[in-house]
Amino acid sequence: MSLMNWIDERFPATKVWNEHLAEYYAPKNFNFWYFFGSLAMLVLVNQILTGVWLAMSYKPDAVQAFGSVEYIMRDVEWGWLIRYLHSTGASAFFIVIYLHMFRGLIYGSYRAPRELLWIIGVVLYVLMMATAFMGYLLPWGQMSYWGAQVIINLFSAVPVIGPELGVWIRGDYVISDATLNRFFALHFLLPFLLAAVVFIHIVALHKVGSNNPDGIEIKKNKDENGIPKDGIPFHPYYSVKDTVGVAGFLFLFAAAVFFAPEMGGYFLEPPNFDPADPLKTPVHIAPVWYFTPFYAILRAVPSIAGSAFPGVVAMGAAIVVMFFLPWLDRSPVKSVRYKGSIVKGAIAIFVVVFILLGWLGTQPATPFLTLLAQISTVLYFAFFLLMPIYSKMDKTKPVPERVTK
Amino acid sequence: MKKLPMNKLIAAFLLATAPLLGLAAGGGAHLDDADIDVSDQTSLQRGAKYFVNYCLSCHSAKFQRYNRLARDLGLTEDEVKENLMFTTDKIGETMNIAMSPANAEGWFGTAPPDLSLIARARGVDYIYTYLRGFYVDEARPFGVNNVVFPDVGMPHVLWELQGMQKAVFEEVDGQQVVKELVPVEGAAGQGKMSTEEFDGAMRDLTAFLSYVAEPIQLERKRIGVWVLLFLAVFFVLSYLLKKEYWKDVH
Repeated sequence: MSLMNWIDERFPATKVWNEHLAEYYAPKNFNFWYFFGSLAMLVLVNQILTGVWLAMSYKPDAVQAFGSVEYIMRDVEWGWLIRYLHSTGASAFFIVIYLHMFRGLIYGSYRAPRELLWIIGVVLYVLMMATAFMGYLLPWGQMSYWGAQVIINLFSAVPVIGPELGVWIRGDYVISDATLNRFFALHFLLPFLLAAVVFIHIVALHKVGSNNPDGIEIKKNKDENGIPKDGIPFHPYYSVKDTVGVAGFLFLFAAAVFFAPEMGGYFLEPPNFDPADPLKTPVHIAPVWYFTPFYAILRAVPSIAGSAFPGVVAMGAAIVVMFFLPWLDRSPVKSVRYKGSIVKGAIAIFVVVFILLGWLGTQPATPFLTLLAQISTVLYFAFFLLMPIYSKMDKTKPVPERVTK
Repeated sequence: MKKLPMNKLIAAFLLATAPLLGLAAGGGAHLDDADIDVSDQTSLQRGAKYFVNYCLSCHSAKFQRYNRLARDLGLTEDEVKENLMFTTDKIGETMNIAMSPANAEGWFGTAPPDLSLIARARGVDYIYTYLRGFYVDEARPFGVNNVVFPDVGMPHVLWELQGMQKAVFEEVDGQQVVKELVPVEGAAGQGKMSTEEFDGAMRDLTAFLSYVAEPIQLERKRIGVWVLLFLAVFFVLSYLLKKEYWKDVH
């Protein structure tokens, strides 16, 4: 142990280990929903590692990009596996994060004193979307090209500065080699920023302590040594438990990578196997599934005087409103377990509406589907904006002193 | 733990996710089930033969290497050189064509697309239906049209095998749509193959294009089985370890 002492006198290795793992006390009643934080980190590591190896053979060049992806798929040793791990990982990242956010939503993990933790989380989500959006252009297929076209045109819809803004983002009047090059550079940079913000997310978490399915503060009940009575050390208890989660996740993940990497056209869209052609617009352009709820909101809002800007504002607002969640919820309890039927109903409707919007975003807009998207959009915003009212009206149940099993 | 509301939420979530797991619905003409078997090497070999004889003069498969083809289809490199290589003598070369895109555009109006990934872009059912879907249409430059690709620019290169077909139309919502395809009367309707033989040949060709679109697909699934077996064992062991550690948590 003298080596450890030598290190500890120069770097707080043991202190950090204890504070964040061996003596970080987490509530003992974590359930299924608490797997997704560690899984999100696992997927981020997967994306960074496979991404670096892809970058070794990928060419960010409008002429060579499409071919270099097929070169990776066919001629690079295990290139197909690295590529599928990355493409499936992108979708898996969003699945895991959506479930992670849902956990926060139902157990009130955004409530005081965890407001900042939640806000950092939403920042992570926005960074993740930016990274995914730029990464999707890189294979330079038809959907890469036209999907990016649609999204960048949203910025062009901003009044006055819009057109200039669009040119500034693309580096050209159309999506071109210049756009591809800068998107590649940013797609490589952003994940490291993402990792840094994940670190900040965890620092914030360990400052306030983890919430739990009962939504009660375990720090209020400490024993004579100052250890929360309902807390257990993260390591080894949750390190071994999260390993089970990792095994279960990897099983499903590998099932997708090895048996359904296209996932019926949702993870890899069929039109993206056609190389990008600026002269040939696909009949039906749909973004990848993880963006479709917001795309549906965009399309649901009618344009005013020929400008799509109101839709763009609505789409932006759908994400921005998440930042305010900690102050919208006025319920006296945190966890859905002790909330009444009004909030439970609201959450159930919100989940259905979010998934419905996701599906609508993949479909061509017909009058009926547009109406459905408009109703869903109203319900989406109502969930957030009416929360100060309905969360106060809700009849809650008494919260126990100690966590339940 | 109060179980009921949570379970209801999960159930609602799963139910609502269900449509996301289905296939993205696409409109257009009815597609026939290709029913291919990519693991059938003899089917792929026959498909490769049709591909090099009927497609490869105008369509390339520029990502497919001949030596990879030999290895994956169970052929020797000499067999591939003698029977399947007409445009190059280098076994490590990809399936390119001599026709320039500029010439092709002049002759056909548009350059015939590379077919390396066509099976992944359009789906095998589309290809199988397309290959069997040519019919006489005097209004078109090459005298034929296609049921799944209206105003197609391609001539019916498989005519001598299939014979010529004509379309029987029916009116749906005031529009003329193809109801079925039948052989034209007389000798022109007779190909070298019977309908069953031709369908089989097109199934082989479709299977070959599916292989070309993702040469690793069989190997991927073979490895996947072992990966899942390993992960299943890992799951059980990690669960037992967790149980052991958690014995003292109350």
